[in-house]
Amino acid sequence: MRKYVPKDNVQGKSYYTDRFWVAPRVPRSEVEEGSHFADVVKALGKKAKESYIEIDTLVVHIDAKKNLEIMTILKEKCGYTQCSEQSAVDYLAQDGEFELFYQLLNIAEAKRVRVVCRLKKGEAIESITSLYKSANFAEREMYDMFGIYVNNHPFLKRILMPDDWEGYPLLKTYPLHGDEFASWYEVDKIFGKEYRDVIGPENRDPARIDRYDTKRFSRVGYEVPFGADISEGEKEQAIEYSSELLVDYNKNAGKQLDERK
Amino acid sequence: MQQPNKLTPFFENLNFERDDNTMVINFGPQHPSAHGQLRLVLELDGEQVVKAYPDIGYLHRGIEKMAENMTYNEFLPTTDRLDYIASTSNNYAYALAVEKLLGIEAPRRAQVIRTMLLELNRIISHLFFIATHALDVGAMSVFLYAFREREYAMDLMEDYCGARLTHSAVRIGGVPLDLPAGWIEKLSSFCSKVEYELEHTYNALLQENRIWKMRLEDVGVISAEDALSWGCTGPMLRGSGINWDIRKEEPYELYGELDFDIPVSDRCDSYGRYRLYMEEMTQSIRILRQLMPMYSKTEPQLMAHAPEYISAPKEEIMTQNYALMQHFVLVTQGMRPPKGEVYVPTESPKGELGFYIKSEGEPYAYRLKCRAPSFFHTGLLQEILVGTYIADVVTIIGSTNIVFGEVDR
Repeated sequence: MRKYVPKDNVQGKSYYTDRFWVAPRVPRSEVEEGSHFADVVKALGKKAKESYIEIDTLVVHIDAKKNLEIMTILKEKCGYTQCSEQSAVDYLAQDGEFELFYQLLNIAEAKRVRVVCRLKKGEAIESITSLYKSANFAEREMYDMFGIYVNNHPFLKRILMPDDWEGYPLLKTYPLHGDEFASWYEVDKIFGKEYRDVIGPENRDPARIDRYDTKRFSRVGYEVPFGADISEGEKEQAIEYSSELLVDYNKNAGKQLDERK
Repeated sequence: MQQPNKLTPFFENLNFERDDNTMVINFGPQHPSAHGQLRLVLELDGEQVVKAYPDIGYLHRGIEKMAENMTYNEFLPTTDRLDYIASTSNNYAYALAVEKLLGIEAPRRAQVIRTMLLELNRIISHLFFIATHALDVGAMSVFLYAFREREYAMDLMEDYCGARLTHSAVRIGGVPLDLPAGWIEKLSSFCSKVEYELEHTYNALLQENRIWKMRLEDVGVISAEDALSWGCTGPMLRGSGINWDIRKEEPYELYGELDFDIPVSDRCDSYGRYRLYMEEMTQSIRILRQLMPMYSKTEPQLMAHAPEYISAPKEEIMTQNYALMQHFVLVTQGMRPPKGEVYVPTESPKGELGFYIKSEGEPYAYRLKCRAPSFFHTGLLQEILVGTYIADVVTIIGSTNIVFGEVDR
């Protein structure tokens, strides 16, 4: 039987896990009274669901629907004039949600806040480009990589991937080497889908090696002229997989003992 | 109206036939001044830009995706390919982010070496900027002189780590190697050389050069408000009169102990930014000069002592069983940082280079986001190019100092 591989997360995984190992957590500390961050938490009031300090950064969890409102408070009242980064983390497999984060910077105080919110699959988030223009590119990248729609974005379009790309590369369900669409992208586009049969899947395999090919592969130990035929009449054997089992387990291959010896 | 088919392909300049006579041209992706793979779609009215649309992604390699499929140490050489002009600054930014997550600190000697390498990389990157920017604007000879000095700097990097472009000269928890014998003396003579050349070659050629000033002054003006809003960092932000340098404001490594100034320009134009780059090189030399005597006062330890995360030194691995076992586990399985998230900003030569890492306690990062300064500087182009003339477009792109390795990732 093949080993069970979860389909909702096809990223690299550790081949060995200790069943009894519990990962520790980076310490989180409470916001100290009288500090700059305390003022931020006070300004946000009850709009912040949870707030703590993790590695010198204030992390504020908010409701995804209130993101624009909270960003306005942070920008106008708390002096967070720059949005350094904005992106998402895929938690679809665990919770059916994305975790979005906004990394904000206060230049006058040299303080950083990360605003975190959760967004259900299929929901859209409000754009913050009216406050921070840097979110223009960042939100486009998030849409490109995760397929999260952003409402009221001036120009929501794929940014790093081609416009006609299918699938969202940073989802955990998207394999590292790309899906079928990705492997045939250029062929489909240049020659048309019917050319898939002419080219054949083996030619789209980047790991394929033809041992008689003297045009693309060199030989270790001896040199041959470019394009020379070195097969000596031997034909390239295609790797064929037998559909039958090589070992027949059913025919008296072993016998079960009636009694324990 | 066009009817494209195989024999008469689609003619892109549809707009040219419109009443307003604007013309759409594709600047790049193969244009030599596009600094790599920038495709800039410009709508022109005569020679004036009406609309600019930067199209990026021609160098996208999915580095963030690769990070999710690699152990932390495996990923480090991949960071070389972000900003390939100054790879050590990427290595360092990534290593620092992981170190913050693990809660470890590099030993003193490693810190000295890292700071030296970072500043050396800043000089390499800024020399490259001066060279290509001058070449774009039309001053060919500066390019040759600046590349000569850059070669000397790359020789120094080669002496240290064996590579000239993709250094991987920093490890998580320290540095892999000690400085080779005589390296500090070479660095010292390099510093004097660059200092001399800065004054007598680059400044003499450019600073008061009439053509250079005509091409740069009041070109690519970014107001302080715009610079903040568009996420500009580094010289782009300081060129708009905002005194913000992460080395000074949120000191990491040895920057808290060092004495250096942050040049700021309130000209807001390309010439102001050019002056900043020149002044920053002088400051980097000043930092390097302070670091050289610091090196000899340090203990020889190069990697942090954290057996759970970092392999012991080679001698211990070869002599002690437990160190060997730890090493074996760390190499085959990779380190498992605690659960948590971290965003660590550093001041790379281009601006704020930050790594956001979300760890779920696995040997693979659950999510890694690289905050590249050039990405946001490219976004800015769509606004500042509007209203300028096509000849200035090249100056402005050069002045933003974008590198496509980190724009497209």
